[in-house]
Amino acid sequence: MRARLTSPQALEKLRAEIAGRRDPEKPVLSICAGTGCVAYGSLKLADAVREEVEKRGLGDKLEVRINGCHGFCERGPLVLCHPHGFFYQRVQPSDVGEILEQSILAGQPIERLQYVDPVTGARAVKQQDVGFYKHQMRVLLEYNGWIDPTSIEDYIAVGGYAALAKALSTMKPEEVLDAIYKSGLRGRGGGGFPAGVKWKECRNAPAPDGVRYIIANGDEGDPGAFMDRSLMEGNPHLVIEGMILGAYAIAHPGHPVGYIYVRNEYPLAVERLGLALEKARELGLLGEKILGTDFGFDIQINRGGGAFVCGESTALMASIEGFVGEPRAKHIHTVVQGLYNKPTNLNNVETWANVPLILTRGVDWFTSIGTGDVSKDPWGGSKGTKIFALVGKVNNTGLVEVPMGKTLREIIFDIGGGIRDGRQFKAVQTGGPSGGCLPASHLDMPVDFDRLTEAGSMMGSGGMIVMDDSTCMVDVARYFLHFLADESCGKCVTCREGLKHLCKIVDRICAGQGREGDLELLDEISLTVEKASLCALGQTAPNPLRSTMRYFRDEYVAHIRDHKCPAKVCKALITFGINDKCTGCMVCARNCPTGAITGERKKLHVIDQSKCIRCGVCQEVCKFDAVDVA
Amino acid sequence: MDLAKVDRIVDKYQGSPAALLPILQDIQAQENWLPREALQRVADKLQVPLTRVYGMATFFRAFSLKPRGKHICTVCMGTACHVRGAPKLVEKIERDMKIRAGETTPDLEFTLETVNCVGACALGPLVILDGTYHGNITSAKLDKVLKGIGRTK
Amino acid sequence: MSEQHPFGAPVTFRIGGRPYEGTYGDSLLETLHRYGYEVPSLCHHEAVSAYGACRLCLVEVVDKRGRHKITTSCNFPVQAGIDVLLDTPDVVRHRRVVLELLLAMAPRSPELRALAAEHDVPGGRLEPDESAEDCILCGLCERVCREVVGANAIAMSARGTAKRMTTPYDAENPACIACGACVYVCPTRCIGLEEADGKRTILRWGRTLPLAVCQQTGRAFTPQFLLEHYAKKLGGLDEKVFRKAPPYR
Repeated sequence: MRARLTSPQALEKLRAEIAGRRDPEKPVLSICAGTGCVAYGSLKLADAVREEVEKRGLGDKLEVRINGCHGFCERGPLVLCHPHGFFYQRVQPSDVGEILEQSILAGQPIERLQYVDPVTGARAVKQQDVGFYKHQMRVLLEYNGWIDPTSIEDYIAVGGYAALAKALSTMKPEEVLDAIYKSGLRGRGGGGFPAGVKWKECRNAPAPDGVRYIIANGDEGDPGAFMDRSLMEGNPHLVIEGMILGAYAIAHPGHPVGYIYVRNEYPLAVERLGLALEKARELGLLGEKILGTDFGFDIQINRGGGAFVCGESTALMASIEGFVGEPRAKHIHTVVQGLYNKPTNLNNVETWANVPLILTRGVDWFTSIGTGDVSKDPWGGSKGTKIFALVGKVNNTGLVEVPMGKTLREIIFDIGGGIRDGRQFKAVQTGGPSGGCLPASHLDMPVDFDRLTEAGSMMGSGGMIVMDDSTCMVDVARYFLHFLADESCGKCVTCREGLKHLCKIVDRICAGQGREGDLELLDEISLTVEKASLCALGQTAPNPLRSTMRYFRDEYVAHIRDHKCPAKVCKALITFGINDKCTGCMVCARNCPTGAITGERKKLHVIDQSKCIRCGVCQEVCKFDAVDVA
Repeated sequence: MDLAKVDRIVDKYQGSPAALLPILQDIQAQENWLPREALQRVADKLQVPLTRVYGMATFFRAFSLKPRGKHICTVCMGTACHVRGAPKLVEKIERDMKIRAGETTPDLEFTLETVNCVGACALGPLVILDGTYHGNITSAKLDKVLKGIGRTK
Repeated sequence: MSEQHPFGAPVTFRIGGRPYEGTYGDSLLETLHRYGYEVPSLCHHEAVSAYGACRLCLVEVVDKRGRHKITTSCNFPVQAGIDVLLDTPDVVRHRRVVLELLLAMAPRSPELRALAAEHDVPGGRLEPDESAEDCILCGLCERVCREVVGANAIAMSARGTAKRMTTPYDAENPACIACGACVYVCPTRCIGLEEADGKRTILRWGRTLPLAVCQQTGRAFTPQFLLEHYAKKLGGLDEKVFRKAPPYR
């Protein structure tokens, strides 16, 4: 165990010491162990690497580093070879020997492991050559592919905790707060409330016993979003340092108390954060007398219980207090009366991660990125970068960090590589269940907080789900309505009952039983759900429905009036049939779960529509494209 | 279940009612579900009403008030998985195993659950079987995966 | 909130433009009632904390900067400088939808049907609840049982559209003293109480307890268990007190 650092200078001394011990020319093999890559087998790959290194006695010739998420989940497992920066994708344990020999010892790239651009055919030698990375601006994710998230030394080596040392040695709490205020940093969790405004209100709220709570919201519940997870898993100290700075700015002198609330589904994030907190405590970066000053602060981790609504701040606080996650009305703001009725400042994980960067690189650097002007009003623009989870029917799925203001087209086509299987772009869903679906006509819209809201969607936490022409927008609305009806806490009538009836109406539209007047009824109920619900979950719940009704109304009309699902998704409105490409191979008949397909070998097969349950298995197993949907 | 185990878990949190959620999580992690006598014991030890413990245990998706199967199969129902065909997978497993999502086979061998996104969207549609992620699942691949635990239709 | 007053301080605000005195932090709904304004509400009772579940007590609040917002009044704190507008077109419209949603939950409730008629709620647009237990999940029974009676016999289970008022495991709860407070506060009268053969049953919770007989009149008056519960809770009282119904003590 290392001794506690007793001054900001001691931290800088440690940093120099770590740098002195490290040879920048020494090869490092970085293996991505984000969730995507792990699912592709990157832990087995890591084992193979360790084994091979030992077998060849290369232990002191290179360093093997297991990282958090590198972002390009589509092509995992991913490997980076430093110092040359070779970028390899879809790496298998059988490739390890060659990588060690060729790339680590001989310093040569291996062509067959490189990424080939599907459009241009160009090979990418380094990460930056890949279109997916080239068009990004990776500031928060910069070190995800470099540091070992379980090593505080790795973080310190790349400048970690320098912002804290600077703040504690040269800045008053008010100056830190002022920097965040002037940076125009807005909350990355959804609504985009300026962090500086929130911090100031929390600092100014009366706290007779000095206790102010500092919370990181890591209850990343939006389906299709995993950027907070990648930060917590890949660079936990960045989030922790942000929180410590926040505690200093908001509650010093006083008694700040910290919590990180992590989603139940993210066990690895809990583990990594736990370890990071322990190491930070050991070094005196948390606890009493941080870096030898009179400032003290500590953080504990709370795991969520599997409830989307706990991403709502008051529900999250109720859950920390040991109650069910029911939100309460926020007429008295949580910065005044939050957790245990004390002043509480809650920010999203990504928001906290921005804080150290703003302090080390400066407010001017931060405000030079993004849209609008925040010099007079923190609401005046969207500054900094934003991480998006680019998923769905896009070629390059993964985590994407871009400056605010990039257009949807740049993100989906330049970075995302366009739509899969050569299909047509139809819509992009942003903001999760609180957001909306935007059509092709919005592709050139710059992405920032205000533009997305104007368009009827929302930044949300940053999920970006791409949909193609095989996606039914009524079905998408139905999906979100059911999601929300299930995840609503159930406290207030408008949200619980309103969503229940919206579900029923959209269900019947998808079942071909829509009625004249249904669209008007949907409009009327959803407006009341929006205006009269208690918390943000209910108030934003109609967004997916309303945005699809606004931009894809013809699809609703087709379902209701013509009993047709143009995307051929809604089961009650489609039929499966076999065309003359059928070779009579009998595979579909064997796989049909209801025995609805008959036919002899080498003869055209037939589907008995009365038995068909439209499960689509026949279409999936047919190798001859002989199953049609009408 | 052995109630002494419950006591140890409650004691670990100094018997604080604020720790009700982590206490239940620890019991669930140990037993794979929340037995009724365990909830009663938690209520007694924390000196909170059973109604509060029960409300908590039924509110959060992480908890099960019924014993779960030896094998747990979770289908991700996140948006990315949804648009890539996750509902068809759930329907197939429901058909093959003759249970609905959220249920366990009568022999207590197999539980089917759904989750609203695990954040592995690049791999969608995604099935998690006993903690192992299986990505880009088709119905044929699903058969193979389930064969691995000796379950086929 | 840039409110300068401490909670409990006297403040001036307006209702429909007319100035009134109020107390900062008090329930707006209770204050409106006190001044004789009629605002419908089903989930609020002065004896328990505000909850904000039924969404009926909607009003439109104009803040000091002139911004309008629709809010429930039960859990809205009275504060200086606001103007509270009742029955604006938006309030009327949303309240009507709220009532329509409530009526679909409790289609048989005479109270709700009367309210719906009074507010011109259109009929037949929403499918009424199949299982229709007539419970609108207002949570009053649970709050009364927990905050006033202290018995903690009623639970809210599950969440979202699966949410229900129940007892743990839907079983008879030994914590229930069958006092009947929940029956009394229920706005749709869906809990039910029956007394027969010297026993009282709270129908919805399936709790049956023998009644104590008043030594004065010889009539059954309250569950024996309840008397014991209060004897224990209050302590030190002569247990003879409880042998008679209250008027004869």
